[in-house]
Amino acid sequence: MIIQALAFWLFAIVLIAAGAMVVTARNPVHSVLFLILAFFNAAGLFVLLGAEFLAMILVVVYVGAVAVLFLFVVMMLDINFVQLREGFLRYVPIGTLIGLVLLAELVLVFGAWATAPDIGSAITAPMPAVAQAANTAALGALLYTRYVYVFQAAGVILLIAMIGAIVLTLRAREGVRRQRVGLQHARARRETVELVKMPPGQGV
Amino acid sequence: MLDIGLSHYLTLASILFTLGIFGIFLNRKNVIVILMSIELMLLAVNINFVAFSAFLNDLVGQVFAMFVLTVAAAEAAIGLAILVVYFRNRGTIEVEDINLMKG
Repeated sequence: MIIQALAFWLFAIVLIAAGAMVVTARNPVHSVLFLILAFFNAAGLFVLLGAEFLAMILVVVYVGAVAVLFLFVVMMLDINFVQLREGFLRYVPIGTLIGLVLLAELVLVFGAWATAPDIGSAITAPMPAVAQAANTAALGALLYTRYVYVFQAAGVILLIAMIGAIVLTLRAREGVRRQRVGLQHARARRETVELVKMPPGQGV
Repeated sequence: MLDIGLSHYLTLASILFTLGIFGIFLNRKNVIVILMSIELMLLAVNINFVAFSAFLNDLVGQVFAMFVLTVAAAEAAIGLAILVVYFRNRGTIEVEDINLMKG
């Protein structure tokens, strides 16, 4: 119990600190690296909550794909980040004000959360005991049966996102020599190879 | 202090969500950091989903957290693609310059 509590506080504090560094870091590359740290700590929290499949998905999808995508874009675009930071301090007061108001509201709502005593009747898919089915198996059994159409829709969303990203960023460049298979096959022997009769010892 | 309940996780998620909004206000010019702030906010939502799922003993929260992850990944891919195309055309990613469609 005490180890769980200590792990929660560790993950939570590092998560909040990393999140704060993401939005305030001077260099966007550092922002992305702090974002990766935040995702790792959130994955730790998920493991603590017993959602180990989601924790692994978070590490694989977010750290492995999304954060690296961010890193690529930040590093490949030649942007003057100093210029982008102008007026940074101008927005601190209003941002802090709105953030504090929102935080106070959210904490007031969520901090005193009490679950209704008859919540048991409202549960859609009760979690099976760990001895019966692991988190991954239970999640799969639910996802591939009751939520199979939503699952397919998620796949379609990803496909559309992939095609959209490719269509947006693909461009036809000038001056690139590509292989043209049709032209290669249309070549005849007489156009390319010439037999020259050569008397010996005289050169061409 | 040592008894971690649902409200601890909810408060943590609220703080993270607020940090995301704060980041959007703070980095008014930098689209990349705004996208990262949105990712932070979606992560806070996911923490809420999983916390409720764990404490109410209901698996549906985790299923929906997975769909949130899907949408977040798609959004990041499309957003960054638009960003790359925009930078290629205009040479800058300042938010204040993105006003071509104002007419």
